[in-house]
Amino acid sequence: MIKTTSTSGVGITLENVSKSYNSSAPAAVDNFSMNINPGEFIMLVGPSGCGKTTTMKMINRIIEPTSGKIIIDGQDVLSLNPSFLRRNIGYVIQQIGLFPHMTIAENISVVPNLLGWSKDKTADRVEELLALVELDGGSFARRYPKELSGGQQQRVGVARALAADPPVMLMDEPFGATDPITREKLQLEFLRLQESMHKTIVFVTHDFDEALKLGDRIAVLSAGSQIVQFDTPANILSNPANEYVSSFIGQGAALKSLALIDVAQAKLLPASAATSSPHSVATFDNLRTALDRVVLAGGHPVAVLDEAERVVGAIGIEEISDALGADVRNLSPEKAV
Amino acid sequence: MTNLAQTQTQLLSVQTAPSQKRFFTAKRFLTPLLIVVALGGLLIFLAARGEPDKIEAFALNWPYMLARVWEHTVLAVSATLLVAIIAIPAGIILSHTHNRWVRGFVLGIANMGQATPAVGVIILFALIFGIGIPTAIAALVIYALLPVLRNTMVGISQIDASVIESARGMGMTTMQILRRVELPLAVPVILAGFRTALVFSVGVATIATFINAGGLGEVIIVGLKLSRPAVLVTGAIVVSCIALLMDWLAGLAEDHLRPKGV
Ligand SMILES: Nc1ncnc2c1ncn2[C@@H]1O[C@H](COP(=O)(O)OP(=O)(O)OP(=O)(O)O)[C@@H](O)[C@H]1O
Ligand SMILES: [Mg+2]
Repeated sequence: MIKTTSTSGVGITLENVSKSYNSSAPAAVDNFSMNINPGEFIMLVGPSGCGKTTTMKMINRIIEPTSGKIIIDGQDVLSLNPSFLRRNIGYVIQQIGLFPHMTIAENISVVPNLLGWSKDKTADRVEELLALVELDGGSFARRYPKELSGGQQQRVGVARALAADPPVMLMDEPFGATDPITREKLQLEFLRLQESMHKTIVFVTHDFDEALKLGDRIAVLSAGSQIVQFDTPANILSNPANEYVSSFIGQGAALKSLALIDVAQAKLLPASAATSSPHSVATFDNLRTALDRVVLAGGHPVAVLDEAERVVGAIGIEEISDALGADVRNLSPEKAV
Repeated sequence: MTNLAQTQTQLLSVQTAPSQKRFFTAKRFLTPLLIVVALGGLLIFLAARGEPDKIEAFALNWPYMLARVWEHTVLAVSATLLVAIIAIPAGIILSHTHNRWVRGFVLGIANMGQATPAVGVIILFALIFGIGIPTAIAALVIYALLPVLRNTMVGISQIDASVIESARGMGMTTMQILRRVELPLAVPVILAGFRTALVFSVGVATIATFINAGGLGEVIIVGLKLSRPAVLVTGAIVVSCIALLMDWLAGLAEDHLRPKGV
């Protein structure tokens, strides 16, 4: 179910923002500046302790900056009442932090209640959100958090953060505590939601693959929240700024790049080139999936289907490789393991 | 004494850890049954002894006993209510105080109140404030403060930090967090402390008679001083039954007020 009316994102600017917890230790965040466009999905990636969480939590003043300026939609955050500010910023953390003594419906209603919404409006919104995060049906609304699985709780966490339809979402490793399969599912669901919502999202993770999958732009950070590279996933994969960034990408940069390119972007063979194998791929699948099918088909080209499942062409190793080459010209051989 | 109190508080907090108890369990009926058996046994025992002598008759009659029971209950209950009024707000403030010195200081005083023998506290108070019911209640309050204070602090500080953080992150003010999140989640532990304080107070109220504040202590003293075991035993059994009854009632309240989902 796709929500039809949704407040889309606003711009965020951080200017020379610093945070020192302790005057004797080096600053946790040292002079951080970033410009985030309305509706952009920004990933902050970096090793443990580099200051990702601190950077993110200064945006809604859960942590007060030591110095610097944070501007959301033209307004200086530090001039606003922190509680009022936070009611307009969705907030999801790894530990979820659902209120154990409230039902799922009550958990989701917290911010609407703080904003003084009517009972009917809140109830409608709860229903809409439960459908949005695929927790409709069953008696989820009336259950308590401990009666839900980890993945279901995390969905409620996302629904609760979206409750008052905030233009900005802050997410600190929201899917970090779930198993890989659930995480993948939550990521895809959330990506699908974002496609219709266009929120401005700041998302913290130390999982580079998650950053590649979700982000419009990725900021790779080092200690003190220093931005080493800030670019689109494709550009970071093809043009890592230095060894530090390469080490994050790790092995298989080519395969990771393939996951970012749709089959539709490749130059296809005529439909007749497809072997008669049962394997096929859709135009909206990515090239990594295409490669997977080609391998399954014994290395021969497979049929490409459009959304109506009509065969529109075929794709083989060479077409995949060409598409990648066009996109990732600078990928050196040893990085393209 | 302090250690005993600590252990007791800990035991009680453990006892109230998440559990999905059914409301009607065998345990629910055990206490009332015990009380009925004890009082019934007492009545049969007294009846079987035949006519009481003159001294026994002074104490072992309904109007006299009911008056002492009433005094005793009023002493214990009003002291515990005062304790709640003082210790719960104090515990809330302390649990939000990050200054270890302040915490240590207040807990130290509460510990001292409990560690000092109750008879000492009550006599000291009588010397300062004079004898009578208000003094007895004041002494009981000092004595029963610790469990409620400690449990309020424990109840609030045991709440998962991520729950408080998400409450802040959603834009609740400090007061809203206290009312909607911290207190509801701390209620089981606070009530456990309250229950301990109530039972302590019923026991300790026995010595109120030393400063002329009435209660069932008088019955026990009469029995002791005038060597009338039947009177002594009656006083002791009735006090125990009041303590059991209070504990049972507080247990009911605890189960009733425990937030669902916890
Ligand atoms: N409340 C605090 N008091 C003192 N130091 C802190 C506090 N919170 C974080 N720090 C320090 O600030 C630095 C950055 O911490 P931060 O939590 O922002 O890191 P992170 O990048 O989110 O790490 P992780 O991936 O482990 O979550 C760390 O060195 C940490 O020890
Ligand atoms: Mg972190």
